[in-house]
Amino acid sequence: MAEQALPAWKRTFEEAGSQILFLGAFFKNIFKSGFEWSEFIRQCYEIGYKSLTLVGLTGFIMGLVLTLQSRPTLADFGAESWLPGMVSLSVIREIGPVITAIICAGRVASSIGAELGSMNVTEQVDAMEVSGANPMQYLVVTRILATTIMIPILTFISDAIALFGGFLAVNIDGKVSFYLYFTKSISVLGFSDIFPATIKTIFFGLAIGFIGCYKGINSNKGTESVGLAANSAVVTSSLWIFVIDAIAVQLTNILAYH
Amino acid sequence: METTVENQQDQATASFEKDELVVQIRGLKKAFNGFEVLKNINLDLKRGENLVVLGKSGQGKSVTIKCIVGLLKKDEGSVKVFNEEVADLNDDELKQLRTRIGFLFQNSALYDSMTVRDNLEFPLTRVLKLKDEAEINSRVEEVLEGVGLLDAIDKMPSDLSGGMRKRIGLARTLIMKPEIMLYDEPTTGLDPITSKEISDLILAMQKKYQTSSIIITHDMACAKITADRLVVMNDGEYIAEGNYEELENSDNELVKSFFK
Repeated sequence: MAEQALPAWKRTFEEAGSQILFLGAFFKNIFKSGFEWSEFIRQCYEIGYKSLTLVGLTGFIMGLVLTLQSRPTLADFGAESWLPGMVSLSVIREIGPVITAIICAGRVASSIGAELGSMNVTEQVDAMEVSGANPMQYLVVTRILATTIMIPILTFISDAIALFGGFLAVNIDGKVSFYLYFTKSISVLGFSDIFPATIKTIFFGLAIGFIGCYKGINSNKGTESVGLAANSAVVTSSLWIFVIDAIAVQLTNILAYH
Repeated sequence: METTVENQQDQATASFEKDELVVQIRGLKKAFNGFEVLKNINLDLKRGENLVVLGKSGQGKSVTIKCIVGLLKKDEGSVKVFNEEVADLNDDELKQLRTRIGFLFQNSALYDSMTVRDNLEFPLTRVLKLKDEAEINSRVEEVLEGVGLLDAIDKMPSDLSGGMRKRIGLARTLIMKPEIMLYDEPTTGLDPITSKEISDLILAMQKKYQTSSIIITHDMACAKITADRLVVMNDGEYIAEGNYEELENSDNELVKSFFK
């Protein structure tokens, strides 16, 4: 049993080492001259703009459903006036960043994994390397930086739309004004709610881009590996989102109590 | 940067004698997951020569040229290009060396998110760091004219046929004016007429740009057109060497089977 387990452990350590080296190469290549601005902007468009509809719709439904589900319980306790604050706290601190990141892991990490995996299979990455160009700088740095910047922006938009969805749900019978609802929503938010949530979305973006690129670039040469790279990118980046979230919550709590 | 790379290429070219070896491989061994693909490869490529490597599929022909360009690391032996041991080069030196080598991949490996123009401009702007639009355009148009596909300049790779993709792949490689060309099965998957066109093009480009070439193929028509010298590979080793006529009349059954 131990003999069988050993290669798996060895593989795990090899994989971890390989990921650390890949991350190191990413950071090293950020600061090399000749940053690929046009490719970076194209990736921001692909990752950010093209995810807007999905993220916006998800955010709207998230706010709407959360409000509709919470309202009866709060009404039982006579605490219906807390609804906007409760929804905004939930959305800003936790649900908005995590759901947006998970949605982007599904859309973006899989797309990056499949695209780079396909480029790997069709020897486009090798062709780039053989020509003397730097695939790390052109393919990896641009994509990881684009996700790192676009995921926080998408989260901000998703949060805003979720709050609007909450307003619509509360306001179905037309009793609450837009101004009152948003004043109630925003007044409960403090620096310790917004700042850690924003910081963790940066790490979510980094994880999504990094895992997508790593799985794609390191895929095997068969066509089957393109699907595996995409699938593995989604699963691994989703897992990392939860791990980062758990760490962020712990750190936030520690900092809040001190 | 542009002038640095190109001047170095010119100086390097001038420093070589005509019969000097541009590629020298001795005792090359390479294994994958314990399976030895290359057992003992010895190979010389002279300046200006077209060397065709014949062999059945899975014999390690592509692995050999990938070792030459540093895409794969050797297990044992020596791979020297322009008298430099490839394995001893650091990243920057390897990049510098690669600017002097062209590699035409089996499936052309065109960047499918870019137009033909962008594919050709990619190495010029990223490697040679050219900035002058006029010079970039003139070089792109020159190589496209050379491969007879100037009309395809704004097309996407997905809009091109297999033969056109090979031509564009060749143009993208030749735009860097390499001293050595490595062709990985340049006519595989093409009809006989297009295969002959590609073979003629390889020969024409070799004469125009004075390149030394290693052509991996099992297309005998391509070999006949392009080869100055042929080697036959089997079971990770070279088993025969000579010009086309010599090998055609060989007594070795495996060698003869290629010519049937």
